[in-house]
Amino acid sequence: MDDLIVKYISRMIIPFIQLYGIFVIFHGHLSPGGGFPGGAILGASIILYTLAFGAHKGHLKMPHHLSKRLESGAILWYIILGMVGIWTGHLFLTNQAAGFFMGTPGEIFSGGFIPLITVAIGLKVGSTIITLFHTMIEEEHDA
Amino acid sequence: MKRALIFLALGGMLAIMISSYMQMPPMGNPDNPSYNEVAQHYLNRSLEETRAPNVIAVIITDYRAIDTLGEATVLFTSIAAVLTVLSGKDKKPGEGGAHHG
Repeated sequence: MDDLIVKYISRMIIPFIQLYGIFVIFHGHLSPGGGFPGGAILGASIILYTLAFGAHKGHLKMPHHLSKRLESGAILWYIILGMVGIWTGHLFLTNQAAGFFMGTPGEIFSGGFIPLITVAIGLKVGSTIITLFHTMIEEEHDA
Repeated sequence: MKRALIFLALGGMLAIMISSYMQMPPMGNPDNPSYNEVAQHYLNRSLEETRAPNVIAVIITDYRAIDTLGEATVLFTSIAAVLTVLSGKDKKPGEGGAHHG
């Protein structure tokens, strides 16, 4: 799409969309939202960028190898967090007894591994959406 | 004859399903069997057990974290399948020309 208005407006609005997505992810244990919607918002911002500026620039912004790494890394991070429970002598994915920082309720750094897991889910969902979209766009380009 | 039998069987099943639906407890009734001690435990003790005020987040990422891990695995498997199908760059055997997968 080669439209000046669309490009200008999306250039202005994308940082706010991404900030909102990060807010939703990091406040997953305090407010409605969490990893899945926050990751979807982050992925939608990159999809908007690709739609406004074309597939080539979208690939430069979010290359394939980076999103693949993010995807595998997020799920590995989740499993490693679960393994901490086994390491300290409890069950898989143990939260409080495994010694995670609990904090006081209502603050961002609280709740043990819940924010860490939410971040992992957010990265996973966002990179999955981006990888799917870019793969399909590429396919259309080739045909 | 055959059609009449099928109608009779399906109608009987429909009558059974409707009559059993009528026996269901109403939605949102606090005496429903699904509101057992598990829900009570989540509502009463989730704050002190995880120090997070959002009970839904606590349930999906702490009490049922393995279920969420399974969801993430579903995403991973689906993206692996889609990439396998869609990004086949190399030519299939026996296919010439500039056609790409």
